[in-house]
Amino acid sequence: MHQEQLVRINDFAFKLANVNGTGSASANGLLMQAIFRMGIPVSGKNLFPSNIQGLPTWYEVRVSNAGHTARALDYDLIVAMNAETYARDIKEVRTGGWVLYDSSWPLPPALLRPDVTFLGVPLARLCNEAFAEPRERILMKNIAYAGALVALLDIDMTVIDKLLEEKFAKKKGLMESNHKALRLGYDFATGHLDCPLPIRLQRMDATSQSILIDGNTATALGCLYAGATVAAWYPITPATSVMDAFKNYTEKFRKDSKTGKRNVCILQAEDELAAIGMVIGAAWNGARAFTSTAGPGISLMSELLGLAYYAEIPAVVVDVQRTGPSTGMPTRTQQADILACAYASHGDTKHILLFPANPNECFHLAVKAFDLAERFQTPVLMLSDLDIGMNDWVTPRLTWDDGYRPDRGRVLGAAELAKLEKYYRYSPADENNVAARTLPGIDPKGAFFTRGSGHNELGGYTEIPDEYQAVVDRLARKHRSAAKFVPESILVSAEGATFGIITIGGCDAAVREAVELLSKAGLHGDYLRIRAFPFDAAVESFCARFDKVFVVEQNRDGQLRTLLIAETEISKEKLASIRVYGGFPLSARSVVEAVTAQMKAPAAKEAIS
Amino acid sequence: MTKKPSILHPSLRPNKLGLTLRQYEGSMSTLCAGCGHDSVTAAIVRAFWDLEIPPHMIAKLSGIGCSSKTPTYFVSGAHGFNSAHGRMPAIATGANAAHRALTYIGISGDGDSLSIGLGQMCHAIRRNLNMLYVIENNGVYGLTKGQFSASADVGTKSKRGEANRQAPIDPVMLALGLGASFVARSFSGDKAQLVPLLRAGLTHRGFALIDVISPCVTFNDHEGSTKSYRHTRERNVEVARADFIPPAAEITADYAQGSTISVQMHDGSVVRFTKVAEDYDPTNRQSAQAHLQAQMARGEVPTGLLFLDKGAADMHELNDTTDVPLAQLPYEKLCPGRAALDKLQDAFR
Repeated sequence: MHQEQLVRINDFAFKLANVNGTGSASANGLLMQAIFRMGIPVSGKNLFPSNIQGLPTWYEVRVSNAGHTARALDYDLIVAMNAETYARDIKEVRTGGWVLYDSSWPLPPALLRPDVTFLGVPLARLCNEAFAEPRERILMKNIAYAGALVALLDIDMTVIDKLLEEKFAKKKGLMESNHKALRLGYDFATGHLDCPLPIRLQRMDATSQSILIDGNTATALGCLYAGATVAAWYPITPATSVMDAFKNYTEKFRKDSKTGKRNVCILQAEDELAAIGMVIGAAWNGARAFTSTAGPGISLMSELLGLAYYAEIPAVVVDVQRTGPSTGMPTRTQQADILACAYASHGDTKHILLFPANPNECFHLAVKAFDLAERFQTPVLMLSDLDIGMNDWVTPRLTWDDGYRPDRGRVLGAAELAKLEKYYRYSPADENNVAARTLPGIDPKGAFFTRGSGHNELGGYTEIPDEYQAVVDRLARKHRSAAKFVPESILVSAEGATFGIITIGGCDAAVREAVELLSKAGLHGDYLRIRAFPFDAAVESFCARFDKVFVVEQNRDGQLRTLLIAETEISKEKLASIRVYGGFPLSARSVVEAVTAQMKAPAAKEAIS
Repeated sequence: MTKKPSILHPSLRPNKLGLTLRQYEGSMSTLCAGCGHDSVTAAIVRAFWDLEIPPHMIAKLSGIGCSSKTPTYFVSGAHGFNSAHGRMPAIATGANAAHRALTYIGISGDGDSLSIGLGQMCHAIRRNLNMLYVIENNGVYGLTKGQFSASADVGTKSKRGEANRQAPIDPVMLALGLGASFVARSFSGDKAQLVPLLRAGLTHRGFALIDVISPCVTFNDHEGSTKSYRHTRERNVEVARADFIPPAAEITADYAQGSTISVQMHDGSVVRFTKVAEDYDPTNRQSAQAHLQAQMARGEVPTGLLFLDKGAADMHELNDTTDVPLAQLPYEKLCPGRAALDKLQDAFR
């Protein structure tokens, strides 16, 4: 036993190792939500397999009174519920930590560690005695370990009770089973184990203005609030829940209660080729339209993204990135679609990208995506990822300004057309290199022929070099013009910074924490989080201030770094690379270790970058 | 761009909108002289003029290929979209989703629809997308100089003498099998048959497929080809002549005769079939399929309005989409607002 350990309140991490498809998700979610309701900053990472039943699955919970939400790599407690992964799971507990296991069967002696405390709870036996149905016995084992954790971690039982009441308000039988199972675990723990452990919880008031939401749901809300009326998609992990949520919200907010008629059309396409085609067709016709997809879908959509780029048609694509290439690891996270999205399609193409870092930004940047797509008449791709999209995050409540009105860009109506002698689709362009478009069904004077084939500034077919180049050159200028309108980069300054760190999206929480930890260790760096491509002016001026700038990202090839080198004047030599791309969310420790190694041993730089 | 001479022939009369046939035309065709597609274009111009559809209420879409160039050649007052190879059905689906009040015409070819775009065409049929979908079918790839397409018959010979040995995909049988609500076949050289079919297809609420055999004079009009003018003229057997009677016209009594069937369309117009083949019932999918199969086994090319089901729900009916085009809904009707956002977030506590 390790009674001498310091008590750590609201600052620890535990990991639950389960078998997929046994109902552990609801027990784990319950624990996470209870901690959130106790007012304590918490984050949960579901590390699940691409499988319906049988493969190992993990759920990590980090409690951090300092508000750090990145994945922790140091586990104080493991709940080992999967015999197949015992060896690996038990190895991961820190020295002095705890392992909670099902003591209905003895643990193989080889797995025991002298530096760890083993907490046996006979979960299977307890549940077999208390429940008759085989499926219920399996499901309730999860609630039973949750009950033991309530005692061990000092989770507020009244909070748990309330959550169960809310969850099973309409299913009395289930509520009773859950209560019973919870008590089984709780009573066993209080009767047989030292409760609470030195790692424990205590009520705070840090989450009352926050919500617990996943990024895909927040993205769907953004699309709803932006006024999207057409959505087309093909089912794909981890983007499916964007459209599931969008559908649920439109059923609530876009359906006439009397007539049953909908102010939305959601199309489940035959594939991603069709999904993006539908978005383009709808946007061409004046609707706000979007699709949600992941890497394999981006590959398929690339063809028509080039059409939308060249013919200048708005389109919003939400890419919830997963691990590639090919099918890759569909249930693991990565940021490896950056280049595929930036330059999607053959020929010279360049798109606007947005990089949300958390669900709150998923909501706001989704709205922004529509405004930018219509203002610049071009595809906008919002690159979320599996970690942001599918995990529940504690995030500030979403806010909305009722004064918001969509930026529909330059669209000519009948009255404006009447003033023109003749209308040309791509001329004249304004100071942002955007020409006015017209919509079908308004006025024959506005009619023009949209084409992906060579066209001149007037919109006519051409194969003449000068005419062709005039259009594609303007498109390049148009893309640069967007830099002034995209969400600005966010700077976190340190006193006496000697280096810079740049990252995007889902790395934010880990890098933020890493910058603090590095500072404590005497390595002071400024941190810039890029939120869009084309890059705003802050990116170059930030890099100009340092001899060394670390680019942190979750892909093998340093795609963000490549994009920085290709699209800015920043010298390649000063951009050091930190890449973590195994498929699990980034942790601060990975960043701290890489920065420390490179700052202390400059010679090692080449080996890493 | 080549412009047509803008001389108004004194005999050109205006329709009810005050527009002459000339005002439903487009720019000059750049296809080969004698191309069947240009005849189809002329028939389309005529059908739109007849139906008195305001040009700006028409959306004309296509993919890539010789056929897909043709939307430029009709109704220059309509928005046109020459998209990507095989992808027109998806673009049309999205466009229609956004604006249900326009009249949609898609022009495709056998390469565009039966190879690269086969999946999309099938799914547009499944959705019963409200559009007229014309396949200008010539059995070859013209722009890439004469490769067989998926509609080439077994045994048909290429210009270089090579015989096709793969079974063709027949868009008519395919559409019937997929549950299409309007299926027709015609021949570019038979304007008298084609124009009423186009009018009926444009009026049909749902997916109207017209497969038009449209010979390629450059690559597939030789001896040994089964999609040549000569072969099509000889083998073309009209099984159900369709007559299209607009809503305002008086319906004369003779349509009730034994050999005719009349179907009232949603807008009040009437499609009247005069059955050339007595045992043919264009409203019965199973018997129509059997009849066509027997004809094709005899080497005949059955043409006419081959099947019609005006009762099938279209995409918007299946979705319960509101009547106002989605693209025209004011933003105020779409955004639930701040109070609703505040309230719904209580579920995330």
